[in-house]
Amino acid sequence: MIYFDNAATSWPKPPGVVEAMVRFMEAIGANPGRAAHRQAVESGRIVYDTREAVCELFHALDPLRLVWCKNVTEALNLALRGLLRPGDHVVTSSMEHNSMMRPLRALEDGGVEVTVVGCSPQGVLDPAAVEAAIQPNTRLVALNHASNVVGTLLPVAEVGALCRQRGLLLLVDAAQTGGAYPLDMQADQVDLLGFTGHKSLGGPMGTGGLIVGERVDETQLDPLIRGGTGSRSEHEVQPDFLPDMCESGTPNVVGLAGLEVGVRWVLERGVAAIRAHEVALTRTLIDGLRSIPGVTVYGTQDAELQTATVSFNINRMATSEAGLHLDDDYGILCRVGLHCAPTAHKTLGTFPTGTVRFGLSAFNTAEEVQAAIAAVCQLAEESP
Amino acid sequence: MTSEYAVVLVQSTSHAMRVEKLLRDAGIPCKMIPVPRHISSDCGACVRVQYGDMYAVHRAVEAAGIEVESIRAI
Repeated sequence: MIYFDNAATSWPKPPGVVEAMVRFMEAIGANPGRAAHRQAVESGRIVYDTREAVCELFHALDPLRLVWCKNVTEALNLALRGLLRPGDHVVTSSMEHNSMMRPLRALEDGGVEVTVVGCSPQGVLDPAAVEAAIQPNTRLVALNHASNVVGTLLPVAEVGALCRQRGLLLLVDAAQTGGAYPLDMQADQVDLLGFTGHKSLGGPMGTGGLIVGERVDETQLDPLIRGGTGSRSEHEVQPDFLPDMCESGTPNVVGLAGLEVGVRWVLERGVAAIRAHEVALTRTLIDGLRSIPGVTVYGTQDAELQTATVSFNINRMATSEAGLHLDDDYGILCRVGLHCAPTAHKTLGTFPTGTVRFGLSAFNTAEEVQAAIAAVCQLAEESP
Repeated sequence: MTSEYAVVLVQSTSHAMRVEKLLRDAGIPCKMIPVPRHISSDCGACVRVQYGDMYAVHRAVEAAGIEVESIRAI
């Protein structure tokens, strides 16, 4: 079996992730931040240490400005719904996932102005187009770091510099890049960073978060939910400091125990080494697929300009059929269709049919890539 | 009577974790404990240190730029 659905969720996880989760359940298990007995402290330590690990990875300055969420979708909702008010203007791209687009469309109904800057048919965003979209009431630029459909990297550092120049905030959705491509909140000038734990950070599902940079005034950030935080218990109103103000209710400590090990694995191996491995695989995959008659590869078709996610179609074969054959006949697991990103597919010219998507990870091998190319070649020959 | 201990009071358990880590790295013995009831009705945790280390704790916390609510004898 070949697992090529890492752009959705990575599998397998780095060594030790599962063991850390089992250890938490068997030996610790207590609620963090509530009581202060030894197991509660141990539990709190996991939550805190994981904050530090994630902050180290993204070069975030203050671990207490990291808000845990259940995934990047919740993180983006917190940033967008928490900061934007009626009359504000936000600029985004046409390569966004619905995790960005749907909250924005809902905010639009409530009086927030949204400009979607078009990308090229390869998914490339021109920073000048972002600049041209800025209005007097623009407050935020919200972009994914890389497309979940074709992997195209967006120029976040360029847009980050532009945002600083124009006094705007930059929100980056790092779902597809966190742990697989360098992202530095300081150098890239990112103000809000949404990440998910279950992809290239090597953690389990149900983990993710929003890092709130120092330029963001947290008193202007509305929490998504309110409730118990273990702090200021004498008050019936929500605490007004990070992270507690945005972290009501018992967190997913068992998940964070796994995430900590995943992120430490990424840090030890190094994002640069992971990236180099993935670039090599991606280059082989793109070249192999492009050489097959009848196969169309989308995006930049340049491994250096994208993540290890490659989208393609085989002749006129429905993507659902291709996905079924790849699974049933070749044991290749991938994702087909629209990938929760209709706007991106419209940009690429693949709406509404969609694409077949191979999402590779640090754990895939050159042999697997060669086997997948051979399988697609055979499918293309059989269905002209 | 001289106090044996002092506590570092902070906003939340997450903040207490940070202080605890800082003090451990600085070689100052400390322990996370529930906030004593006579100090606050809060259900959170604080960091207990030796009374004699209070000055060192002050300096460590200040040098790291960590905001604490107070450091006081118990």
